[in-house]
Amino acid sequence: MADRLPSPLRLLVHQIGYQNRVFRRVPIAAFFTLAFPLMFLLLFAAIFGDVGISGGHEVAAAQFYAPGLAVFTAASATYTNIGISTAVARDEGILRRVRSTPLPRWVYLGGVVGSGVCIAVFGVALMLTVGIGIYGVDADAGRLLPAVVAFVVGTASFAMLGLALAALAPSGQSSPALAQATILPMAFVSDVFISVGDDPARWLEVVGDVLPLKAFVESFFAAFDPYRTGSAWEPELLVRMGLWGVFGAVVAARRFRWEPSTGSSSGPRGDRSRRHQGRSVPS
Amino acid sequence: MVSLAAVSASPALTVSGLGKSYGDVRAVDDLSFHVEPGEVFALLGPNGAGKSTTVEILEGHRSRDAGTVEVLGHDPGTAPGGFRDRIGIVLQEVGVERELTVREALVHYGACYSRRRPVDEVLELVGLDGLGDRRTHRLSGGQKRRIDLALGIIGDPDLLFLDEPTTGFDPSARRQAWEMVDGLRSLGTTIVLTSHYMDEVQALADRVLVIANGRAVAAGTPDELRGSMDRETAIRARFPMDREGTVTGLLEGLAGRSTVRDGRLDVRTEDPTADLHRLTGWALERGVALDDLEVVRPTLEDVYLDLVGGEPGEGTDG
Repeated sequence: MADRLPSPLRLLVHQIGYQNRVFRRVPIAAFFTLAFPLMFLLLFAAIFGDVGISGGHEVAAAQFYAPGLAVFTAASATYTNIGISTAVARDEGILRRVRSTPLPRWVYLGGVVGSGVCIAVFGVALMLTVGIGIYGVDADAGRLLPAVVAFVVGTASFAMLGLALAALAPSGQSSPALAQATILPMAFVSDVFISVGDDPARWLEVVGDVLPLKAFVESFFAAFDPYRTGSAWEPELLVRMGLWGVFGAVVAARRFRWEPSTGSSSGPRGDRSRRHQGRSVPS
Repeated sequence: MVSLAAVSASPALTVSGLGKSYGDVRAVDDLSFHVEPGEVFALLGPNGAGKSTTVEILEGHRSRDAGTVEVLGHDPGTAPGGFRDRIGIVLQEVGVERELTVREALVHYGACYSRRRPVDEVLELVGLDGLGDRRTHRLSGGQKRRIDLALGIIGDPDLLFLDEPTTGFDPSARRQAWEMVDGLRSLGTTIVLTSHYMDEVQALADRVLVIANGRAVAAGTPDELRGSMDRETAIRARFPMDREGTVTGLLEGLAGRSTVRDGRLDVRTEDPTADLHRLTGWALERGVALDDLEVVRPTLEDVYLDLVGGEPGEGTDG
């Protein structure tokens, strides 16, 4: 027989396209991932306008906010989006079905991660386009490479943390709360919405330095920092992010489940369980 | 001594001495059976009998403690990833992406197989023709189960596992599901199905293995199972509880097997005339009233319950 299994690479491309299609058809996910951070940029730009910097220059507040919010978008597209959608897919028995097909498991998870990265690329491009096009954010082409590397390391790490979140979430229903309860406070100590300067308690700064989001924001922002002279590379921050990524990958590898948690048929889309009435004990 | 049929093709599936424990519980205990190509084979038993555990081991989703298993020439425990390319699996409690249409779901899942049945052909086979462009979350419960079947056969499998395909169905939906399975059989697909419905197995299966508490309790064609009980007649009566101690002599005098449980006597005998005579003679002698006395042919359901030692209501809700 000439039948041959489709190549893993082709399957991976197919899986990424399919995950992207599913994402596009969930308007609420698209709104919170893409439109929500953009709304913050419009608000902050309207509230703060231009700010003075040393030497009597003035730059748009968006110069500080757009890169930070771009990173927040990338983290939402990977960590939040992957964590929630994968935990929900498990509760709905979709992962259980995937496991019964010849699709290699790593290809499925690769599709999930690849799709998260695609959405992150789109979100960051959108944010920077608005920032540069409307608010005149200054981007130095010579610093493009450090920003791209920071983006790659950051999205990869947050994608792994998203898989870890899916692995640890007890149910699909609880995953959005878990995701928001971790990413939002982290954003507040990571210079996304506000800059934690020297005034507030030192512990806030320490917490931010330990967690991965601030490293992502700072290493990416380095390419846009109007105060900065010289190189925009931040190797130490990249390593810190990467270590979090490794931690996420280890947690996901050890704890990831493909079966719905028993007795959780009352997921957010509980209508699916209707056809299973009459079955009490698994045999 | 080997029949021609057995020489012409190797079995699709062979299981020998299969065992699996969860802690102290032996979920599957020394099961042996084989399935021939083109055959519809049923594992019949009540909930908790070990059917799903057995099927999950055959699919390579669960490890085993003992025995050998060969599915399409592979040990599912160590088979390469492509092993699942040739088998179709219809599990219980699986979902499909609500964001996709029926057709998109079939195309999407079909993409990971080396062979594919045409989508329209599959839609027609499972009775979803005309619903290809509908989003899956707008389907009824029975229609969703049809998608499960459609996704099980989209890769044109040589061997199809159906885990309790009609559990929770109303009677007319069950008939339709049976027709679908019949259609697949006529296309030559080898099918292994689990069920706790005796009538379903009778309608669909070429051969049956009845299991209870992880052990095989009977095997054969549905007709053979029926034949083994066709010889027997049941004599039943209400029995005063306080008489139980005094009936031992009577029961030993009967030709058939008899049990007294909850004040009810149940005799299974191949010689109903003689046993009825002994029973009524004994009762008249002692002035015992045998309330609700009846002489009946046991139904298939009775035989099945006898085999699995279950109480009515357990596994007979169909």
